[in-house]
Amino acid sequence: MKEFKTGFIHQIETMGLVDGPGIRIVIFMQGCPLRCLFCHNPETWEKVSKNKMTSKEIVDEIRKYRPYIEKDGGVTFSGGEPLLQSEFLLEMLKMCNKAGIHTALDTSGTGYNKKYLDEILKYTDLVILDIKAIDEDNYKKMTGKDMTMFNYFVDRLLENNNKIWLRQVIVPNINDTEEYIFKLKKYIKKFKNIEKIELLPYHTMGKEKYDKLNIKYRLTETLDMDKEKCKNLEELLNK
Amino acid sequence: MNEWQGFKGTKWQKNIDVQDFIESNYKEYLDDDSFLKGISYRTEKVWGKCKKLLAREAISGVLDVETFIMSGIDNFEPGYIDRKNEVIVGLQTDEPLKRIVNPYGGYRMVKKSLEAYGFHLEKELEENFKEFRKTHNDGVFDAYTDEIKKARHNHLITGLPDAYGRGRIIGDYRRLALYGADFLIEKKKEDLSKLTEINDVSTIQLREDVKEQIKALELIKKMCSRYGFDVSKPASNAKEAIQWTYFAYLAAVKQNNGAATSIGRNTTFFDIYIERDIEKGILTEEYAQELIDQFVIKLRLVRHLRTPEYNELFAGDPTWVTESIGGMLDDEKSLVTKTAYRMLNSLNNIGESAEPNLTVLWSKKLPENFKKFASKMSIKTHTLQFENDDIMRPLYGNDYAISCCVSALKLGYQTQFFGARINFVKVLLYALNGGRDEITGDLVIEGIDELEGEYLDADQVLKQFDKVLKKTVKIYVDALNIIHYMHDKYAYESSQMAFLNTELEYLMAFGLAGISIVTDSFSAIQYGHVRVKRDERGLTNAFDIEFDYPRYGNNDDNVDAIAKNLVKRVYRELKRYPLYKNAIPTLSLLTITSNVVYGKHTGATPDGRKEGVPFSPGANPTQGADKNGALASLSSVAKIPYKDCCQDGVSNTFSIIPTALGSEEESRINNLVKILDGYFNSGAHHLNVNVLDKDLLVDAMNNPNKYPNLTIRVSGYAVNFNKLTKEQKEEVISRTFHERV
Repeated sequence: MKEFKTGFIHQIETMGLVDGPGIRIVIFMQGCPLRCLFCHNPETWEKVSKNKMTSKEIVDEIRKYRPYIEKDGGVTFSGGEPLLQSEFLLEMLKMCNKAGIHTALDTSGTGYNKKYLDEILKYTDLVILDIKAIDEDNYKKMTGKDMTMFNYFVDRLLENNNKIWLRQVIVPNINDTEEYIFKLKKYIKKFKNIEKIELLPYHTMGKEKYDKLNIKYRLTETLDMDKEKCKNLEELLNK
Repeated sequence: MNEWQGFKGTKWQKNIDVQDFIESNYKEYLDDDSFLKGISYRTEKVWGKCKKLLAREAISGVLDVETFIMSGIDNFEPGYIDRKNEVIVGLQTDEPLKRIVNPYGGYRMVKKSLEAYGFHLEKELEENFKEFRKTHNDGVFDAYTDEIKKARHNHLITGLPDAYGRGRIIGDYRRLALYGADFLIEKKKEDLSKLTEINDVSTIQLREDVKEQIKALELIKKMCSRYGFDVSKPASNAKEAIQWTYFAYLAAVKQNNGAATSIGRNTTFFDIYIERDIEKGILTEEYAQELIDQFVIKLRLVRHLRTPEYNELFAGDPTWVTESIGGMLDDEKSLVTKTAYRMLNSLNNIGESAEPNLTVLWSKKLPENFKKFASKMSIKTHTLQFENDDIMRPLYGNDYAISCCVSALKLGYQTQFFGARINFVKVLLYALNGGRDEITGDLVIEGIDELEGEYLDADQVLKQFDKVLKKTVKIYVDALNIIHYMHDKYAYESSQMAFLNTELEYLMAFGLAGISIVTDSFSAIQYGHVRVKRDERGLTNAFDIEFDYPRYGNNDDNVDAIAKNLVKRVYRELKRYPLYKNAIPTLSLLTITSNVVYGKHTGATPDGRKEGVPFSPGANPTQGADKNGALASLSSVAKIPYKDCCQDGVSNTFSIIPTALGSEEESRINNLVKILDGYFNSGAHHLNVNVLDKDLLVDAMNNPNKYPNLTIRVSGYAVNFNKLTKEQKEEVISRTFHERV
């Protein structure tokens, strides 16, 4: 009998309507290598959770929702950082692919095991790439890590020619300027297969979770990003 | 006949067959909503007057009551709102929103309602009525057994229609428009002439009934002539077709005060007349919309006189003027016409409202444009409900309509005996308490063993539960047989029956409240290790649950199967008994807003629910128990079997915040279409949709004046939020709102 791989899951949300096309079953996977300043899911940072599942269990769960997703929806692997459990992720992607389920990967493009990356991209129908920053200094400030892994991921992504949704969180006083948007616009020129670009306004709703987990919240002085302003920046970017 | 010029088909011309008329003549509409027109000057005038009256009514609860005349088809002078601008006329009494005293269901109810609002029936009228007339309520209580009275008193069986009109009958009101009263009278006379084998009571009863129906049709002619219309002949144009249909319905609500008096399924029928007039060049789109808007205004003004207690069960003065829209002709072609759009467009023109109870019959094959438009209107107004045509059509044909909230009826061929519901949670609690009520301590069900031991044992509980259920169902069946016999005898709805076939199929609609609690309780007993605490009387008053257990609403087969088996068990019991008029039993999971009152009268339960906490509505998972997102919750409900089990309907109310549904309007509309497609393709039956922010409801609760028209869907109908009681509002807010994670 086939042994299925196991992995740590944070939560399964059965109706995601914004993380990919159509209705998405969103698999929030546990663990993240980054420590982004604006992260609103600190509970997904740790590598281990109470919820250990096999790839088959997860894909069986997804299949239950076929009537909702078969037309133009699918599954979105999110997190945490789904690439952190690369081998496990790959197995699920292959199984979904075989079952005819559209797959999306909601990722920061880090934390992967190089060995599996190309194959992961091969079985991924859509990559939702979260851009944290576009230069070393700011990337480091924002995530606590350097850009090496991200840059390599982008190379492989371009090589594999996946369909892409780009996302970036806009944080007041950090990247909410038109100047930055022009830089970003220039930076993303290299992505050929972009279907959508979204700027997400930073919000402070994650704060409470930090208190509960006893983790220090670092953006204590920062207010919610003005939604209207964020929308305008998004329009500027999409022009 | 001249009025039928241009219509195709012959079958419907010889015998009453509205379905054949529709099939032979309607035109499917596949395009979008861009043809629709706004409100007309005249409609604006009429609705403006109504708005003022409605605002006044909202303050006092009841605007006026006619205290010199009692209910009847032709007992009132004609009434108008704004005669010059009304294109569809007719009111229940001589004034808009003036309510009728209908004492035939029960006199006590009338007296209490009048007192509550400071009115008195004219003395002589009251004395004469009481002296010379027995009511439905009197008859029922003469026949009720002690067991029924006990079950009723202890809230085991509740909401029974034994003191007011039973409702749920839908006359095929279109018949008056298509055929005119004289043709219908001719047909009824033919039927009567064939009923000559007098060898049992039922034939005698039917002969008397048909004669009553003929009298009703004569009275309807008289009533309409007061408004200047001759309905003895068929309607000759769109305006008359809508007017005649409304008159037929109006007669029903002048004569009866049935809890739910639905209007049927009219848009495709009306559309045939509208199309004919437009082709002839005697009608424009503006005027067609005006006719529909003014028809809708009339339906919004229907009122009955109710007691404040009734309002606690069914909040917001509902009348369930349910209009069924859409659905399919067959596997390929839909029954969607431009008038389906026009009907929904009335929500744009005269604003959102609880009535009529607009019900979209959903099929995966409905035209995509119509799916989108219905979803758009649902998101905008939170007043629509959706029901699965693909599971109903095979059972009821393509010309059924929804009665009340979720109950399908084949128009003209079937009618229903409404039966409210059992408090299903008490069935379980009686099993834990030797048949005694956990609150009053009364022995309600005899012959039940006392449970022993500190921990609940699943097998032992199930055994006692079965015993309680068997006896409860027997009592319930007895009660409904008595009620409907007496209702026919003392408060017969001749004006509605006149628009139905003489030989009818009857459905007796039973119901359950509290399915999610009973299901979770059994799951807790099986997986959670439940310890019982008892008060000094030995009755259960609290439960300790030692382990986590799977709960209904998470798409977990282990527990969802419990719910499935429970409803099957109940239906199997129901089928064992002969029913009045050989009715076929049906079962619903529907609570309306009564889930709050049920909770109030029910003790603590093994799922961890405390005494007095509201049930979740209808078939909804318990508030907060559904933790895996909306689709998991919907999927659990979709597993409840409809066909051959819960065929009276499985009600589910779904609330989602706008930002979770999509980032802008277009994606919200598309996503709602996908959710509905997925839900109904999974075999589910019904969905109320509310796209709302919880904060908005909290704000509306604190500042009702800011939201005079806020309408939301509750179990099976829409209600003005301000008309809910405080507890009902709190319950609505405590429900699971699906949010973006």
